[in-house]
Amino acid sequence: MEKLTFQFETNRIAAGNRKQAIIGVVASGNLEILLERSLPPGQCSIEIATAAHGFGPVWEAVLSDFVSRRAAGGLKISINDGGARPDTVALRLAQGVRMIEVES
Amino acid sequence: MSSWYEASARQRIDALTDPASFEEFIGPEDREISPHLSLFDLPEQFDDGIVVGRAKLAGKPILIAAQEGRFMGGAFGEVHGAKLTGLLRAARKLNWPVLILFDTGGVRLQEANAGEMAIAEIMREVVLARSEGVAVIGLIGGRSGCFGGGGLIAGCCSALIISEQGRLSVTGPEVIETNRGAEEFDSKDRALVWRVTGGKHRYLIGAVDRFVEDSGEAFRQAAVKALSRPAKLNIAVLEAEQKRLETRLSRFGALTEARDIWSTLGLLRPEAIPALSVDAFLAEGTAKRETADDAR
Repeated sequence: MEKLTFQFETNRIAAGNRKQAIIGVVASGNLEILLERSLPPGQCSIEIATAAHGFGPVWEAVLSDFVSRRAAGGLKISINDGGARPDTVALRLAQGVRMIEVES
Repeated sequence: MSSWYEASARQRIDALTDPASFEEFIGPEDREISPHLSLFDLPEQFDDGIVVGRAKLAGKPILIAAQEGRFMGGAFGEVHGAKLTGLLRAARKLNWPVLILFDTGGVRLQEANAGEMAIAEIMREVVLARSEGVAVIGLIGGRSGCFGGGGLIAGCCSALIISEQGRLSVTGPEVIETNRGAEEFDSKDRALVWRVTGGKHRYLIGAVDRFVEDSGEAFRQAAVKALSRPAKLNIAVLEAEQKRLETRLSRFGALTEARDIWSTLGLLRPEAIPALSVDAFLAEGTAKRETADDAR
């Protein structure tokens, strides 16, 4: 497994008050994403464990795009990847942020 | 209508239980992951492929476990199994019924010994819970079916609910083919696989109690009905079950084709069974099927 960690700064704070959300399944071409509201509001950290080695630059591009488009400030995001394509990763990240935005 | 077959473990729990009533035990945030998978450099899942917790069903408290069939085929590993064992122990203490949403190929090969131990522990806990009157109800309709040790656990449950897509057995089609050859069992013959392990056949031979359409709502209604029945387990029930199985064996033991079994049951057009809708199938099959009640 390759482990990657990315730190982002953002002024877009995740909406809602849910403490956590989980989306997706670790299966071939899929991934699970656990989002936890546990960081200072201006930060977003993303940890990845993936079986597909050597795709760090692709992850960085997809995640940078995600942080610039969505309100992810304050979120600690943990990903278990089963070899998902970049479009699936982007979709699940968007779903995850949507889930944690819902008022509980 | 949401498909049970297509849903994830978490979506099934949402479809089954009263709104906002589910409270997870040892959730993904606890990261109670398998200690074995990293040794094989395999991906882990934060809940180890099973979601357990408490909820309400039609206003009454229940405990619930849902396997995620897409993660490692829903297979039982050490942590996965321990979560279900613990849930069953809690059920006995609380005297609350348990729903197990099976979706499993059996034991996870990478942690075989721990997985086999888990199956044995779970079977023991199911029997202990049932002997104290706790209902343990299995729901089968996921993409991985209910095979291997999952089939053994299902056999210990007080009631089983299945959909047409659901499959229930111990040795799965691919395993039979690998060991005995495609002449013995062709696992790529989907019609054959479903005639032998599928929901309709299991309902007709009395291996399951209820047959439902592939939707969360249908499983929910069937679970409510199943919970309204007593779930006792004592020596009289076991003796009645032994007799029931002996009768089944003497009736069908010499037959090698599911359609011959359906014909023996008195179904007039056995070849038409696989294509029947849920309602037509229940109208045709319910009066003629073998009883599934282990306490008759």
